[in-house]
Amino acid sequence: MASRLHAIQHHSVTIDAPLALDSGQALPSVTIAFQSYGTLAADKSNAVLICHALTGDQYVASDHPATGKPGWWARMVGPGKPVDTDLYFVICANVLGSCMGSSGPATPDAATGAPLGMQFPVITIGDMVRAQAMLLDHLGIARLHAVIGGSMGGMQALAWASAWPERLASAIVIASAARHSAQNIAFHEVGRQAIMADPDWQDGQYYGSDRAPTKGLAVARMAAHITYLSEAGLTEKFGRRLQGREAKTFGFDADFQVESYLRYQGLAFTDRFDANAYLYITRAMDYFDLAEPHDGRLAGAFAGAKDVRFTLVSFDTDWLYPTAESRRIVQALQSVGAAASFVELSAPFGHDSFLLDVPALDRLVAGALKNGG
Amino acid sequence: MALRPDLAIIAAAVPARARALDIGCGDGELIAALRDKGVDARGLEIDPSNVTAAIARGQSVVQGDANRDLIDYPADGFDYAILSQTLQTTERPDRVVGELLRIAPRAFVSFPNFAHWRVRLALLWNGRMPVTRLLPVAWYETPNIHHVTVSDFRQLIADKGIRVERAWYLSGDKPTSDAAASWRAEHAIFLISRG
Repeated sequence: MASRLHAIQHHSVTIDAPLALDSGQALPSVTIAFQSYGTLAADKSNAVLICHALTGDQYVASDHPATGKPGWWARMVGPGKPVDTDLYFVICANVLGSCMGSSGPATPDAATGAPLGMQFPVITIGDMVRAQAMLLDHLGIARLHAVIGGSMGGMQALAWASAWPERLASAIVIASAARHSAQNIAFHEVGRQAIMADPDWQDGQYYGSDRAPTKGLAVARMAAHITYLSEAGLTEKFGRRLQGREAKTFGFDADFQVESYLRYQGLAFTDRFDANAYLYITRAMDYFDLAEPHDGRLAGAFAGAKDVRFTLVSFDTDWLYPTAESRRIVQALQSVGAAASFVELSAPFGHDSFLLDVPALDRLVAGALKNGG
Repeated sequence: MALRPDLAIIAAAVPARARALDIGCGDGELIAALRDKGVDARGLEIDPSNVTAAIARGQSVVQGDANRDLIDYPADGFDYAILSQTLQTTERPDRVVGELLRIAPRAFVSFPNFAHWRVRLALLWNGRMPVTRLLPVAWYETPNIHHVTVSDFRQLIADKGIRVERAWYLSGDKPTSDAAASWRAEHAIFLISRG
C-alpha cells in the first residue's frame, strides 16, 4: 500500500534552505507539496492559506489522487463558495511529516537514497508552520488575507497568528484547541502503539519491503474515528443494528453495523495514508501547547496579535476539542484586545462537524473572510 | 431598515473612531450602524443564531453571557460599553453596571421604564403584572427578571457614585423631558461615566 501511495506525483517545490526544528535538529532542505486555486491579485493581497487536519492533505478542493474522492473541503472552497476562489488565491500545503509529497519519514536520505523512516526528526506544529512560511516566501506572498484551519489545521492557524501576526489579517480556527489535553494525547498513544505493535511496521523501515503495517494503521484509524464522532451520532447512525444478518453469530465477525463501519474506515484509510506519517503528525499534535513558552499564559502567545481578526467556532457535540478549549483561546485574545469572534454551533456530527454539512459554518466562514477585507 | 429609536440615539452619540463593545448585541444591528460611521464596534451576545448572523455580516461578536463573561474583558479595552435593553435581564444589574465601567470609562445603558404610566395603571386597576409594547411577555416567562424604573436606576448610580453624563427619555419614539420621565418615559437611555 505504502509504495503505491508514494508513487503518486504531487505538485511541489523544494526549497534549498535549512529548516531549524523545535527539536534542535534541522532539515537541510524542505520539499512542500501544495495545491492552489484562484488567481493571486497583482498586489498579492488576496492569498488565503488553508491548513489541513491530521489525516487531511493539500487536495482541499480537488479529487484525491489515491482515492478519486472529491477534496476534503470541496463544499467550502471553490468558485462562489464560502472560501470563494473567484476572489481569493487559496493555497493548501501538505504538512511537514506527511505522506502526500512534503518532506516526511518516506523522504529519501540524501546520503543513502533510502527512505528516512524513523531517522526523520520529530516535528512540531510550529515546524509545520515554519515550512508553510518558507513556501509563502517562495511564492512571494508577504501577507495573508486569512489563514483557515479545522482541528490540527486550527492549531496551525493559531501558531501562525502567534509566530507571525504581522503576516496575516485574520485567522479562522474551527473545532480546535491551543493545546493537546491528556485525553487527546492518550487517544493518539493508542493509535501509535497499534502501529508499532504491528510486526509489519519493522521499526519504521517497511518502505522497501512488501509488507506495511496496514493492520496497525487501520486500528489506529478506528480508535481515532470514534473520537471524531458523537455518541448520539453513532447511536443514530447504527444503534445496535446488526450487519447483514438476522441474529448474532456468537463469534467475532463484525456482527454490528458499527463494527463493520469502523473496519471499513480503518482499511480504507490505509490506501491513502502512511503509518509513519501518522506517528509523526500525531506526535506533533501532542507536543502542541501554545502557552508553554509563555509560562502557561496563553495570552502571552498572542501578545503581538492584537491587530489580527480571529474567528473561532466550536461544535456542541465535539468532545475531542470541546467548546471550553475555544473559550480559553477567546479569553486570551480578549485580554490582549484582539478582535475575536466566537460561536458554538449546534451540529450532531461531533468533531467531524467541521467537514460536514453545517450551513451555519458556511455563513460564518464567508462572513469572517469579509471582515475587514 | 430604521434603527430602533434607542439604538439610533446611541449610534448618534458614539463618536467616530471610538472603540465600543455592544453587550447583548443581537444580530449586530447597532454594530452595523456604528461601523458605518467608523466606530470600531464589537459585540457580546448569548444567542448562537444571533452570533452567527452577526459574524456572517462580517462583525466581531463573541457568544457569551453578560452575567458571567464580562470579566474576561480587560479594563479600559474600550471607550464605550453599550448595554441596550439587557440590564433588566441580568442576574445582578448592579454588578453588570460596575463591569461596564471597568471595561470602558463610559457606558450607555438603556432599559424599559417599569414606572411608565401604563404600567402603573395596569397594576393599579387590574392588579396584574403589565404586558405592554416594550414588556410584551407574561410574568412567568419574561426574561426581564429585574424590572427597573427610571428612579430606581438614578438611585443605583447615585449609590455607586457613578456620574450621569446625559440621559434620553422616549415615549414611543418621541423624546420626553427629564422631569416627566418617571411617568412618561417608556424607555430610558443613560450615558454614564466613572464618578
